[in-house]
Amino acid sequence: MIKKTAIQWMAAVALLSSLSATAWGVGSSTPQAELARWQQTAGQSGDASRGQAFFNRQHGGEWSCASCHGQPPTRQGKHASTGKTIAPLAPAVNPQRLTDTAKVDKWLRRNCKDVLSRECTAIEKADVLAYLISLK
Amino acid sequence: MNKLSPFAQAFALAVGLMGPWAWADGPLMPAQVPPAYKQECAACHTAYPPGLLPAASWQRVMRGLDLHYGTDASLEPAQVQQITSWLVANAGTYKRVREEPPQDRLTRSAWFARKHREVDAAVWKRASVKSAAQCSACHRQADQGIFDEHQVRIPR
Repeated sequence: MIKKTAIQWMAAVALLSSLSATAWGVGSSTPQAELARWQQTAGQSGDASRGQAFFNRQHGGEWSCASCHGQPPTRQGKHASTGKTIAPLAPAVNPQRLTDTAKVDKWLRRNCKDVLSRECTAIEKADVLAYLISLK
Repeated sequence: MNKLSPFAQAFALAVGLMGPWAWADGPLMPAQVPPAYKQECAACHTAYPPGLLPAASWQRVMRGLDLHYGTDASLEPAQVQQITSWLVANAGTYKRVREEPPQDRLTRSAWFARKHREVDAAVWKRASVKSAAQCSACHRQADQGIFDEHQVRIPR
C-alpha cells in the first residue's frame, strides 16, 4: 500500500515537472494591445520603418537589437555574448511574443540598457513594436 | 495488502535503478528547479547547475544583476530572493568547487580548466561555440544538467 502511494506520488512529480517545462506559453495580452499601450503613453502612433532603423542601428555601444535578435528577427537569434539560441521575436513567426505585459516591460527595460545604456522612450518602444508586428 | 501490478513493479524497479538524480533534470541539477531560474537565467545562458559555484559567488552574482557580465539582467526583488536562496541552498561544497573563481565565473574555475584541457584553444573561438559559457554547444544536454563526457559532440 505504502509502495503504491509512493509510486503514484513519484508519477505525479514527474508529470508536474514536465508540465512546468512546457507551461510557458501565450500570455493574456496581444501584440496589438502592447503597441496601443505604448502609443497611448507616447501620444502618437508607432512607425514601423522608424522602428526598423532603430532596431538595426547601434546607439553608441557595441550592440544593436539585431546583434542578438537577428535582422530581420523572424528567425532564431543568438545571444551576442553567450551564444545561446533566442527564439524568433516577430509575433507572426512566434505567437508567444508580445503577449505578456510584464515580460514585454522587463525585456524592453533590460535590453534598452544593454543597447542604449538607458531606458527607451515610449515612442521608441512603440516604433519597435510597430516594426515587429509588421514583419511577416 | 494489494499486490503491485507487473507494470507498477517494473516502474518501481526503473525508478530505483535511475536513482534520485534521473528524476530531476539530470545528474547535476537539483530535483526542484524554480521556474523563474529557467525563465529568467536560462533565457540568456545555460541553466548552470548551482553546484558549479560556491555560495559566496552566487550571492555576489545575484547582488549585481543590473551589471551582469555586460548586460542588465535585473529582476524583481522577490524573484532575486527566490532564485538566490535556491542557488545558495544547492551551491557547490565539494572541495574543488569551494574555491571562488575570478569574477565569479565558473568557466574560470581550476576544475573547469582541467576538465577542458584537451580542448584546443581554437575550438572555443568557433562561431558554433562562441563562448565557454555556451555549454550546450558541445554538451547537448547541458540545460538538463547532463555533462557526461561520452555525450560530448564538438561542433565544427
